[in-house]
Parts: sequence; C-alpha cells; structure tokens
Amino acid sequence: MADPMRIRAQAADGKATVRVLMAHEMETGLRKDSSGNKIPAWFIQDVTVAHNGATVMTAQWGPSVAKNPFMQLAVKGAKAGDKITISWVDNKGDKRTDEATVS
Amino acid sequence: MRQAIPLAAAAVLALAAAPAAWAQAKSAAEGIAEYREMLADGNPAELYEAKGEEVWKTPDGPNKVSLEKCDLGKGPGVVKGVFVELPRYFADTGRMQDLESRLVTCMVTLQGFKAEDIVNDAFRKDEKGDVEAMATWIAGQSRGMRFNLPQGHAQERDFYDMGKKAFFYRGGTHDFSCASCHGQDGKRIRLQDLPNLTGNPGDGIGFAAWPAYRVGNGQMWGMQHRLNDCYRQQRFPYPGYISEVTIALATYMGVNAKGALSVAPALKR
Repeated sequence: MADPMRIRAQAADGKATVRVLMAHEMETGLRKDSSGNKIPAWFIQDVTVAHNGATVMTAQWGPSVAKNPFMQLAVKGAKAGDKITISWVDNKGDKRTDEATVS
Repeated sequence: MRQAIPLAAAAVLALAAAPAAWAQAKSAAEGIAEYREMLADGNPAELYEAKGEEVWKTPDGPNKVSLEKCDLGKGPGVVKGVFVELPRYFADTGRMQDLESRLVTCMVTLQGFKAEDIVNDAFRKDEKGDVEAMATWIAGQSRGMRFNLPQGHAQERDFYDMGKKAFFYRGGTHDFSCASCHGQDGKRIRLQDLPNLTGNPGDGIGFAAWPAYRVGNGQMWGMQHRLNDCYRQQRFPYPGYISEVTIALATYMGVNAKGALSVAPALKR
C-alpha cells in the first residue's frame, strides 16, 4: 500500500464536510528528467468515497490533477460517528484505502 | 426629514461601494496571502509530518533502533518545544547544532548510520529525506510557540556573531551577501517580498516560516535546503550540509526572530 492519506470529516447542519490530502507524485508522463528522458506517467485514476460502506462518490482522474491532491466534499446525511472510507487506484495498479470517523 | 434619510442612506452606500472598488486592486502581498490561506487547508507538509513521525519511531540503521531516545535539547525523546530553541549548544558533542545536524548526530550515535552518507545524499532523498521529514514533524510540534533561542553559552553568542559576519559577507560572482536582499525593510524581488532578516520580520515570516512545502515544485524544504538555495541564488559555491556557516546563519536569524511565532511547517508558492 502507498503512503497514508490524511482525512478529516466534520459534521454540521445535516452533512459532513470531508477533506482529504492524498500522497501521490501524479506524474503526467510529459516531464523529462535531467538526462532528457520522459518520466513515465503515474497518476491516480479512480477515486471512491464511501459513507458507512455505501459508495457516495466516484471520480476518474487524469494527469491534469496536481501532485499530492487535496479534495473536499460534502456528504449529505452523515453524522458524527459515521465511517468515511476513501480509496484510490492509480494507473500502475497501486492502491490505497483509508478510513476516518466523522467528528 | 423623510427625504433626507434615503439620501443619507444612499450616500453611505456610495461611500461603502467606493472602498470596495479600491479593494479590487489589492497588493501582490495580499494576493499571495489569500492564495496561501486557500491552500492552508490540506498543506501537503502534513504528509511529511506523518512520515517524519513514523521514521522517528521506526527502528532503523545497522543498530536497528528507533530515535525515540534522541536528545534535541530538552532531554531524550522530547520533541515538543525543541524547534523554537534551535540552534543551540549541545554538551555531548561540544558544539552548536541545528535541528537537522542534531538528527544526523542521533542517527549516527543511536542507529549506527555514517554521517558522510547522510551528508552526501541529495536533498529529499534517502536518509537525508528522512531527516527532512523528521524536521518537518518536529517543527510542527512547536506550532503556536515563539522563537526563544538560548544565548547563555559562549558558543551560542559566538555563533550569533559568526552568523552576523556571514550574513553581511559579500562575495561570489555578483558580490552578493545575504544582506543584499535581506538587509532592508520593504524590498522585493519581482513579486516576492523579502523579509529583513537583520531584525525580527514578524510572526511566521523568514526564519519562522521554514521548513515549508513549496507548491511550485511540490517539494518539502528544510532550513538546510533553504540556506543551500540562498547560496545558489547568490551564485556562491554550495555550503556543506549542516556545516558551521549554515548553523551560524541560523543562529543569527533565529536569535533576531526572538518572540516571532513559528508557523512551521508552512506553505510557499
């Protein structure tokens, strides 16, 4: 598994604001290293957010998303104590899943 | 009277609108501050803080030991509050040390690493990358605290003087010194404000803003990397990693910043 994500989720007014910072190089595949060779593309392709096991959001990312991506979303109906699970899969097949409890 | 009140209200509204129009033309500094505030939530430096904490606690090196007994100035294993009192004199090594050099000392004495290996690593790579991650985490443990470098020991005062000399020393192809850019108030390079480091430039500015994550190149920089790049920008030869001149400069700036609030690990463009 890759490096951990940092997830914060706070409930207010019938929804939870979820903030997640993912650790990922997000190479576009167009950058060149010091020898002039292209650094291979390496980026998160699929992101899934689940609330108490039920998928609430899926995203398909590409090379235009920057390094160490930060994402914020609001999950309707989430309350304190609920589980928010975030997973991603990148183009090399590497993946990461982390969980946080809504506060 | 009935007529006058709406007129007065209209006048107040007009006056209120005018400053709003003026507010559009905000200074570059304010624009940058706003950008930093927007990015502050989710500062990737937090990822390095998490990594640094893990490295600190994980047994490593030939001796397979963690760094949890490392003394950073406030006793073995104490990480809270040490960042705002570094560089300082250490009796066990008999010399002035900053955070990164102290971490290297512990990695050598506790874990059995070789100092030259870490010094020769590229910035952000291998063991040097681990040092920088730990420095990021340890800096974060002093969040909200104010700089208070000790000056009780003779070496601490000597290094302040050495740092001041180094700060004003002109050389290199352009005859630059640190003071060329950082010796006066209110200067800037293009749109980057330059803090005056001969005094206290304020909370979270200058010495108080490193280690920091630079968004522009997606890199986490410790103070050693920052000073190395200052020398590069002056077209000087690179200083040695954790060499005396870097620790002297850090002492000079750190003592000058006494009372300034640390915002490390910070966020830069």
